[in-house]
Amino acid sequence: MSIIKDKNSIIRMFNVSKRFGKHYALKNITIDIQAGEFIFITGASGAGKSTLMKLLYLAERTSEGQILVDGMNLARISSSRVPYLRRKFGVIFQDFKLIPRKTVYENVALVLEAANEKPGIIKEKVLKILETTGMGKKINVLPPSLSGGEQQRVAVARALVGDPAIILADEPTCSLDSDSAQTILDFLLEYHSRGTTVLIATHNLQIISNTVNGRCISLVEGALTGAAKLL
Amino acid sequence: MLYYFKRVVSDILSNKFLNSITIATIALCILVVGVFALFFENACRIIQSGEQGGKMMVYLGPEFNINMLPQLKFKINALGETEKIIFISKQDALKQLKKDLASRSSFIDSLKDNPLPDALRVIMKKNVNKLETIKDLAVKIKKIPMVEDVEYGERWLGRFLSIFSLFKMTGYAISSLFFMIALFITANTIRLSFYARRQEVEIMRLVGATDKFIITPFYIEGLLQGIAGGIAGLGILFLFFLFLSSGVEKNIPLYMLFNIKFLSIKYSVIIIACSAFLGWLGCYLSLKQFLKY
Ligand SMILES: Nc1ncnc2c1ncn2[C@@H]1O[C@H](COP(=O)(O)OP(=O)(O)O)[C@@H](O)[C@H]1O
Ligand SMILES: [Mg+2]
Repeated sequence: MSIIKDKNSIIRMFNVSKRFGKHYALKNITIDIQAGEFIFITGASGAGKSTLMKLLYLAERTSEGQILVDGMNLARISSSRVPYLRRKFGVIFQDFKLIPRKTVYENVALVLEAANEKPGIIKEKVLKILETTGMGKKINVLPPSLSGGEQQRVAVARALVGDPAIILADEPTCSLDSDSAQTILDFLLEYHSRGTTVLIATHNLQIISNTVNGRCISLVEGALTGAAKLL
Repeated sequence: MLYYFKRVVSDILSNKFLNSITIATIALCILVVGVFALFFENACRIIQSGEQGGKMMVYLGPEFNINMLPQLKFKINALGETEKIIFISKQDALKQLKKDLASRSSFIDSLKDNPLPDALRVIMKKNVNKLETIKDLAVKIKKIPMVEDVEYGERWLGRFLSIFSLFKMTGYAISSLFFMIALFITANTIRLSFYARRQEVEIMRLVGATDKFIITPFYIEGLLQGIAGGIAGLGILFLFFLFLSSGVEKNIPLYMLFNIKFLSIKYSVIIIACSAFLGWLGCYLSLKQFLKY
């Protein structure tokens, strides 16, 4: 079955399922996300939110169905192209995935270094993003000596530093108090207003009600329910 | 590039133990190889300088007479870089033989005819000291009609060379054994340090790093370890050498004749290059399998 590419679609999932053994983490997901949309993926813990995101940046492979990201068919992408696909995404991982041996600065800079950015530009961008996320004073600290909330800010900074086309935020506010959570959310909204596509996985309905122009995709046990409900 | 070096330095510092084991192993390997190379190089030099602008004896047939001498000298001179050609007539040779045999020379007096041939002693120029060159020349001279035989100490050299080549084979065998051991250990320490970093590597991949970006520092690390091990190994060898040559010269004056020298720059560079290659190969072997998604 072929998927016709929609000019404005940045992500299209067609009948996507993901199995772990016999257990379906995702079942028959069909979604079409336009470039520049602000999307919430909601659902109880274990509903498959993280898995859905992992399929997009190829941390996991789909079991069935097809995914198109920016016109690329993920099933066909060669392994040497995978890094370039991943650079389209800025991912805020649920478990942060900071490198404990590297300082806050180095963790954030890594993204740009991997993308062969010039050293001068790296320094400028990294310092700026750490300043805006409120970590400007801790650039030389190692992640393990940071609080959960601080680590999350670093994770956010790392996801945003490369100006990605798509931001995937997996529970980006779960370790933060409500003020800090709102700051992060405002950030993501700011990127959204500049045209970045933003996907936020959350079970915190509070932040959704605070955000006006988002679309909500709800998952229950790996399946879509009442999809595309506009808030 | 600078970035990679920074990463390498921090990687090495954070993994001092494994790194020093690798470097020590490589150093040991290089030390063993170096001992053989040292012996080999010196032996080569001694063989060659022992011949000191090689010489040979050319024995002439009975058809030779003294009038032919200038022509013969000319022919030999045309064949190679000779320094001097000395004619030894059979009478002179017989006199010399009598002198050598001294008391037992009476049996020579009983000879009716002089059994010795006329001969030429050919001395080659200083720079002609390779066994092969001498051999070549000997073969050519032998083809001259009046020449019956040519002798150039090949028996003695031959025997020495066969011992020497046996030693060379042993050297190769032991060196390659040590090379394998060092390679095995290097490959495994790099595998270990890669394994210790697997989470980090996974994270790098997830944020869009290519395999090249991820493994380049490991390769540089391997190369540096190889070079460091090589230099350390040669350094230890040099200390040994200083110690040995000072000790030897006091106790065994004979050795002073040979005047052993340390490895030439060329050999040292080759050895260090090999050892860098060793580090690189260790890396290649252990990381090949990680290059998959
Ligand atoms: N690597 C995995 N192996 C086996 N099961 C997994 C794996 N990852 C996720 N799952 C399962 O898939 C389901 C969805 O998980 P996840 O996407 O993490 O949920 P959420 O992020 O919505 O909390 C869960 O039942 C989880 O146990
Ligand atoms: Mg999750």
